[in-house]
Amino acid sequence: MTQAVDPAVRSSEERAAVDARPRRTARRRSSSGRSWWHLVYVAPALATYAFFVIRPLVTSVQYSFYDWNGIGPATWVGLDNYRRILTDSGQLSIVAHAFELMLFFTVVPVALGLVAAALMHGLPRGSFSTVARTVLFIPQVIPLVAAGIVWDWVYSSDGIANQLLSAIGLGGITRPWLADFSTALPAVGLIGSWVMLGLCTLLLLTGITRIDPSLYEAARIDGASRLGEFRHVTLPGLRREIGVCLTVTMIAALASFDIIYISTQGGPGRSTMVPGVEIYRLAFTQREIGQASAMAVILMVVVLATVVPIQRYTQRSDA
Amino acid sequence: MTSRTITVPRSLAAIAVTTSLALTACSAPGSDPAAESNASSSADVSTELTDEDVTLDLYLETGFPIVEELSKEFTKQHPNITFDIRSDQFATLTENAPRVMAGDNAPDLIRLPTISDSAADGLLLDLDPYAEAFGWDSFPASQLEQMRVDDDGTRGSGALYALGVGYSVTGVYYNKAIAEQVGIDGPPATVEELEADMATAKAAGQLPIQQFNDIGGAAFPFQALLNQYADPSEVSDWIFQKDGATIDTPAAVEAATDLADWADKGYFADDVNSVDYTTMVGRFSKGDGLFMFDGDWESANLDKTMGEDVGFFLMPPAEAGGTPVAMGAPNTYVVPAKSEHPDEIAYFLNWIHTDETARQIVVEDSGAAPGGPSSLPVPEVPAGSLTEQTLNAAATIGESGVLVDFVANATSGVYANGIRPELQSLLDGRISPEEAVAGIQSQYESDLSS
Repeated sequence: MTQAVDPAVRSSEERAAVDARPRRTARRRSSSGRSWWHLVYVAPALATYAFFVIRPLVTSVQYSFYDWNGIGPATWVGLDNYRRILTDSGQLSIVAHAFELMLFFTVVPVALGLVAAALMHGLPRGSFSTVARTVLFIPQVIPLVAAGIVWDWVYSSDGIANQLLSAIGLGGITRPWLADFSTALPAVGLIGSWVMLGLCTLLLLTGITRIDPSLYEAARIDGASRLGEFRHVTLPGLRREIGVCLTVTMIAALASFDIIYISTQGGPGRSTMVPGVEIYRLAFTQREIGQASAMAVILMVVVLATVVPIQRYTQRSDA
Repeated sequence: MTSRTITVPRSLAAIAVTTSLALTACSAPGSDPAAESNASSSADVSTELTDEDVTLDLYLETGFPIVEELSKEFTKQHPNITFDIRSDQFATLTENAPRVMAGDNAPDLIRLPTISDSAADGLLLDLDPYAEAFGWDSFPASQLEQMRVDDDGTRGSGALYALGVGYSVTGVYYNKAIAEQVGIDGPPATVEELEADMATAKAAGQLPIQQFNDIGGAAFPFQALLNQYADPSEVSDWIFQKDGATIDTPAAVEAATDLADWADKGYFADDVNSVDYTTMVGRFSKGDGLFMFDGDWESANLDKTMGEDVGFFLMPPAEAGGTPVAMGAPNTYVVPAKSEHPDEIAYFLNWIHTDETARQIVVEDSGAAPGGPSSLPVPEVPAGSLTEQTLNAAATIGESGVLVDFVANATSGVYANGIRPELQSLLDGRISPEEAVAGIQSQYESDLSS
């Protein structure tokens, strides 16, 4: 059934594209003051965007050059705040934690999501596939704060995780997962995998249905195995969707806050401290607005440096 | 096509950025404290309560309804004064307080645990004129000294910026049923005896210490030990940010060594680093743990849940017969400099310390001593109750002991960024006692330098 719907969608998209082209060129020719009209239409949204997004961004950059507690007088310190973060191994390890989390927020969900999507794609539409989709997507619907609290219970020393391990004879490795220095970060990361998996699966599944079924037919006629189909048809066809998944999950990993704030507060020690929580702590408990802003600017640069190349590679128009 | 659709928004974004830059005008953020005057002199304070209708705004801590109870009683006695109350969780409250006080609609009274930064920023009303007018200078000096802040931000002397509602003391709760079962016949008289009791409990299969440490609750036993090993005035100097004060001392290392040793011997729960405060109290009251290092604010609650099975003692000294030293602090409330009703709120604070019913409410609701002039009698509580024990402990400290503020109150960041991670690592055996103490000191110094 999906296959029947698919071509129709494509053709209507193409039609829309064909429709749009002549109109655009026509308007371009018609008047020279055209861009000012655009401005008028865009102005309300732009004003809101400028006030709530651009302005805080600019003030953050400004604050990052000051030593300021948020209330009293501020002192200009130039690049000192940046120097302090970039030369402090403690602060750098916080950024490193964010990259470690990427393994759990990005690699695991995208890999498992691909497998899940490929498997579910082959399934006939029915109650099983609906249930599977729902179960995978539920974490996206639950507020992360609630998820953090529930996982806190799951991981506690008498929580479900340890009960299950004991039940299958692995009582020896049970521990309070979030309180153990060596397991806290992976444990928090797994919460992220759980949250992100559903999103990735759903995005990729939608992407698969968009792939021209004739490609699968051709592959099958050429004698490709299911694995071959996956490698040569599904993967290349999903490049854009994989790009979106990578972008969203990487940002989630680098800018993670809620799960960690709720479950470990960055502890034990500083073993799960990430930039998001550190910025919050610097700004609101330490009242170092300048340092918090500098950290925020660094985080923004790191996110852009990570995400832009992926966007460039996966969203090229020659797909 | 893609590039063409992007061109317009990009140039618009450029305009927006430039406009925003122009709007913020690149002037330094923040205010000049010298421009704001918050000086009140004894000439313009009044100790008479107004006859007019006044509504006082209070900003309080969720879960501690004591001031709300007091406000109800106050309105009963003085119907022209009503209260408008807002509450937040402790963390939210402490994070918001400076901005709330700096805003135009500042409340008249705020629960605020760390006062030196806000005092330095000129956000707090100097209460000395009221202290003089109401005669608070007749209160025992030790009661108010933690709430005095010098011009340079040093605590312990200078102008009075807060008053306590309940003056808390901390110590050790112990489960009497477990103690009896393993053969411990009474509170220990020295640190050594306390450790021997822990060993006895451990050998009998009982958990010696139930403690929270998700956010650094091991600071309770740590400071309990430190207070016995160090000269208490040096610990106070450190907390009050006196010049050159350090916690990187042999006494602190000794306290940290004991703590690490207890952890190593399994005296804490194996998940101590993820146990939160509520879990700790819950487990202890269900009989999991012989000792719990905590404050008198939990006594009314434990009285209800454990009844006869629970007792309280002050941390014993290192040597038998030594001076008892306890960690404790007033539950501090401040009046913002921008408060519109300083006279009324000062009258309310004075009433809390001197009115018989008010003092009764403080004791019954918080389990803490009511403070005020030492000539007033301490309200009666049921004989043999846990609250009676905590009040007696507070009286012992008041008469013949020394009270030291919480090390966690030294600077605004030392608890979250120094004590918490260092003590968590220490209990996990990842760092040495020397490293833990040096780490706390380094966070303290970085807080002070900024």
